[in-house]
Amino acid sequence: MTSTGYNIVVCGGLAPDPLQSLEPAMGPSGPALKNEMMLPVVLDPWASHALYEAAHLAGRIPGSKVWLVSLGHRGKLQQMMMTVAQKVPFELVAIEGAAGGFTDPAETAAALAEAIRSIPGLDPARLLVWGGWESATRGAGVTMALVGERLGIQDQFQGVDEFKVQPDGSFRILERVEGGQHQVSICTGPPVLAGWATGSLPEPRNNPQIGMQNMRSVMPALQKARTAKVGAEGVRFDRITLPQQQRATRVVKDLSPDQIADEIIGWIRQP
Amino acid sequence: MDTILLLLHTGPDGGLTRAARETVAAGQQILRDMPGASLVAGVVGGQVQPAIEQLASSGASRLLAVEGPAFGPARHATDAAAAAALIRSAQATLVLAAGTSRWSRALPAAAHRCQGCIDTHATGWAMVDGSLAITRWYYRQRMEAQLRRTPRPWLILFDPGIFPPWDGAPGPAQAQRVEVDADPNLQRTRVEGVQAPAAQAQTIRPDADLLLVAGAGWTKKQADGRAHVQEAEALLLDFLAKSRASLGSSKSLVDLSGEGEAVLSFLTHLNQVGQTGSTPRHPKGLATCCHGEEPHAVGWRFIHERRAINLDPGCGWARGKADVLYVADAFAVLAAVNARLAQAAPPAPGTPG
Repeated sequence: MTSTGYNIVVCGGLAPDPLQSLEPAMGPSGPALKNEMMLPVVLDPWASHALYEAAHLAGRIPGSKVWLVSLGHRGKLQQMMMTVAQKVPFELVAIEGAAGGFTDPAETAAALAEAIRSIPGLDPARLLVWGGWESATRGAGVTMALVGERLGIQDQFQGVDEFKVQPDGSFRILERVEGGQHQVSICTGPPVLAGWATGSLPEPRNNPQIGMQNMRSVMPALQKARTAKVGAEGVRFDRITLPQQQRATRVVKDLSPDQIADEIIGWIRQP
Repeated sequence: MDTILLLLHTGPDGGLTRAARETVAAGQQILRDMPGASLVAGVVGGQVQPAIEQLASSGASRLLAVEGPAFGPARHATDAAAAAALIRSAQATLVLAAGTSRWSRALPAAAHRCQGCIDTHATGWAMVDGSLAITRWYYRQRMEAQLRRTPRPWLILFDPGIFPPWDGAPGPAQAQRVEVDADPNLQRTRVEGVQAPAAQAQTIRPDADLLLVAGAGWTKKQADGRAHVQEAEALLLDFLAKSRASLGSSKSLVDLSGEGEAVLSFLTHLNQVGQTGSTPRHPKGLATCCHGEEPHAVGWRFIHERRAINLDPGCGWARGKADVLYVADAFAVLAAVNARLAQAAPPAPGTPG
């Protein structure tokens, strides 16, 4: 297996830049974000980690290749590529369609699975389908599982922090479970689906050479992006509200550490 | 009429976990508001009889079980097969489950196999015009929606901690076995067990009353121009030991550890709270040396009472994100807090004097 490498397909969507203020708005086709098309976007954070881990693995196993399958409006995908394409080598598979949080993960998964199936030469016996375990939009943790289900992948892992190829070709995988612990599993080999948590790699620095190499395939991929109908059929949103975010913060500037400690102790001990 | 299936997996002892008992409570509440509906319980596990007997007084009209060694470990392939079989056997229209790591991994596939739909991270429910609606959060706890679905079966995973755990009396009961073929293809994955991260000293305590968040400021240069990482570690660990709080961190601090910087040795990505971390549920939270910017603060959505210690009076916590901001040196404050906790604590067993 290691002599021929892996086909690593990373699914990663768009998410609003986390520093942006978000506000819901009801449109003709259902709920969306106010001024959604104007919001700067990033590659979904957990999917980013999946991409970095995929590139790291592909770099270590000769013959491996990474694809990034991404659904969104073409212009937003292009915007996102300006930063992501400089991070690690990959080939983009773009899908034109709605990518907001109020779409249904089952419909998103159907579009992603179809795009993965259409990648020429993809070998199921060498296939690793990776992505973030939850998105920063819907945050359901459902999309990747359904992509795997549609591709017939029985071995699925979510909240993955570590994915090691062992000498016999099997995988040792750590998944997040309750209580700040990891479940340790051994899987005999591909095909495997992994929804990544943060893994262990930092964000790679921008590399203009990688950026130029990626952009050769990114622009054609964006131009030939297939359109997918992604919505939320059968779902009725009764209301979408912003939480009460503002608290009346009491700013305490004139107490000594001992006085503050007394206050904190009293507060901790209040039932 | 609706059939509500409570989909439960056992704990290591074959009994119901706290999360499973919360699901039972959810089913009982919803059943009361759905005239004519019936309640069915389906249990998956290596051995299920303790759980079945716990369910004797749950109000379930049928008890179903998928049982066997293959169904003991939390594994996607076998769990998805078992859940789908139970949903079909119960002819369920609504399926309620706990949002445990095990069910979160397996139930999307089960929904797909039953031509159903699924919602996760549900945090509440209501009856609207005679139909069930749930509430859940979007965009990392930045907005809350109430929604309904028409396709059935509808699988709903409630976040742990939403319902008080049901605690009915156990009694004699037998379940109807649902057969699932756990062929070798479903067992390509072998679960070895569970481990805590090597760097972690039991700092994550989901049931703790208090969350202490350590921000990147703990590792920065202090007034004397030097970083005091070891002192910070000692103060934080001392506080955690005495207060039994759970430890969270901001993204920046966890990322520093990934980049090999000298940082707090006991922090891992699992401690991270916020945009790319967890959204824990604790009654109180104390942020220290953390700026409280939005990517981190979104992880505080379910922390009810919030206080922060920061030298910057203009930090994010001051802008309506905390109830109280103490503008002070966290090193000095935490040392004083630890001293008070030490005075109040009974001596540990074997401690002289």
